[in-house]
Amino acid sequence: MILEAKNISFSYGKKEVLKGVDFYLKDGDILSLLGKNGCGKTTLLKILLGICKSSGEIKLYGKDLKSYSRKDIAKLIAYIPQVHKIPFDYTVFDVVLMGRLPHIGLFSKYSQEDRDIALSSLKRVGMESFTQKIYSKISGGERQLVFIARAIAQDAKIIFMDEPINGLDYGNQIKFLKLLKDFQKEGYTFLKTTHYPDHALYASNRITMIKDGSIFKDGLLEELNEKSIERLYGVDVEIIQKNGYKFCIPTF
Amino acid sequence: MYKIKIILLLVALFIVINASLFIGKYPISLHQYWLLFQNIFSATPVDFDQYETIRNIIKEIRLPRIVLALLIGASLAVAGSAFQAIFVNPLVSPGVLGVLSGASFGAALGILLGVSWFWINIFTFTFGFIAVSIALVISLIYAKRSDSMIMLVLGGIISSSLFGALLSIVKYTADPDDKLPAITYWLMGSLSYGDFSMIGWVATPMILGILGIISLSKYLNALSMGDEEAKALGVNIVAIKLSIIFLATLISALSVVMAGIIGWVGLIIPHITRMIFGAENTKVVFASALIGALFLLSVDSMARVLFSFEVPIGILTALIGIPIFIIALHNANRSIR
Repeated sequence: MILEAKNISFSYGKKEVLKGVDFYLKDGDILSLLGKNGCGKTTLLKILLGICKSSGEIKLYGKDLKSYSRKDIAKLIAYIPQVHKIPFDYTVFDVVLMGRLPHIGLFSKYSQEDRDIALSSLKRVGMESFTQKIYSKISGGERQLVFIARAIAQDAKIIFMDEPINGLDYGNQIKFLKLLKDFQKEGYTFLKTTHYPDHALYASNRITMIKDGSIFKDGLLEELNEKSIERLYGVDVEIIQKNGYKFCIPTF
Repeated sequence: MYKIKIILLLVALFIVINASLFIGKYPISLHQYWLLFQNIFSATPVDFDQYETIRNIIKEIRLPRIVLALLIGASLAVAGSAFQAIFVNPLVSPGVLGVLSGASFGAALGILLGVSWFWINIFTFTFGFIAVSIALVISLIYAKRSDSMIMLVLGGIISSSLFGALLSIVKYTADPDDKLPAITYWLMGSLSYGDFSMIGWVATPMILGILGIISLSKYLNALSMGDEEAKALGVNIVAIKLSIIFLATLISALSVVMAGIIGWVGLIIPHITRMIFGAENTKVVFASALIGALFLLSVDSMARVLFSFEVPIGILTALIGIPIFIIALHNANRSIR
């Protein structure tokens, strides 16, 4: 158990978003967090990352999350936010180099080693030819890869992703999911929110479903079935299996 | 490439500084200028009595003015670059939190009350900080409920308007024959007030402020990605932002103390710098200090040569800054248009 949360509650003003949620993440997991829009998936992600304060207890590698400094958390968990716009023309390299920020002192500068790490991280995701391209002008799929490279440069073995598939074309979605599986083999752990049961079925080994602020299903992939999807989203689906993979198709 | 550009900038600065020392109302020949240089740098002084006037003009009039232009240009540009990054908004300038309005009010109040220049400077500086503090307090009241940086900008707008109104009261009550013109001219900005006793007081905090922001500039890239992402990258966003706001307020308020309101430098120089150096903020902040210094000194030197009377520098930076800004916007990232 690398990350364990107990009895997490959180409210935005009077609106209770999470009500006593228990959650855990094991080494090597690819965990998909599913739930309706506004159910608190992103909030839970931010709470587990320590950037959102909540009641309850969170342990990261057995130690209370509150006892870690922001920098120490950043060395263990990397965060890939939802795609957003920035008004500055940073290069892809600039963005990846940000991943080295937790590793340098308050008054020190990025070293040549930091730059080398940033470059080799870009190579790991096959984006070395993008080094000097402007980040805000590349495609959504390319941006996700840049963020993965930044997470690698950050040297954090746990990676949180908020709807990483959003805005990617079909080919890039599949490539991205495949990449996650490759990185899982290298010892990375992923926690991602998703709106697509199909993607959870394809690329994750565990799922957690949130409904009405509580965990409604938590467990292995078998829990993601016709019944749970029907109860979570209120739509009828059928799960079919082919070539060892499961698919979820709606039954209209 | 970065180093070459920085060296070119330093060379340009060197040339403009020398030209600015050399050129002016009082004609100095190249030979005289050369002798003066020798006099400063060699152990055996040349016969200098005949150059007493030149020496005084250069040392007591032109040099302080140049130092002032360099310090203020660098300060405003650095403050602007840092603010644009932390507010994630390339249209923000150093005055966004009200420091310039507060400082203007403080100076006008000092002139109205007829206190000594020392106290006018204290008023200017203090009210600059008070205005920023008001903006911060307003944003803290609502910080939990919405995006903190938007609340901070709104707090700055409120604070600026408040001190703008208070300034109007001061102007309205000021004696129209004597104090009102003094306030009005002072607010237009001028580099002619500089002398070394005054510069001696403010140069150290200004240089430290500039260096402080430069040393924190590596956090600006992460901060400009938004609060949550910056936190996730291990940045203590409250401490870093408050430090930057404090340092930027310090150097902006001091620039008002020394030369009144000089607009546009803090807005356009960061844009020009990004056009030359790219958006990466450690480069932008450092280079904008050089470009800001170069810009303000060039504008002031041109003004000294072109006009036979003292033109308020604030007017010139606006008149020259606006067309540059229009060109910069044309080349800027689409997302801000």
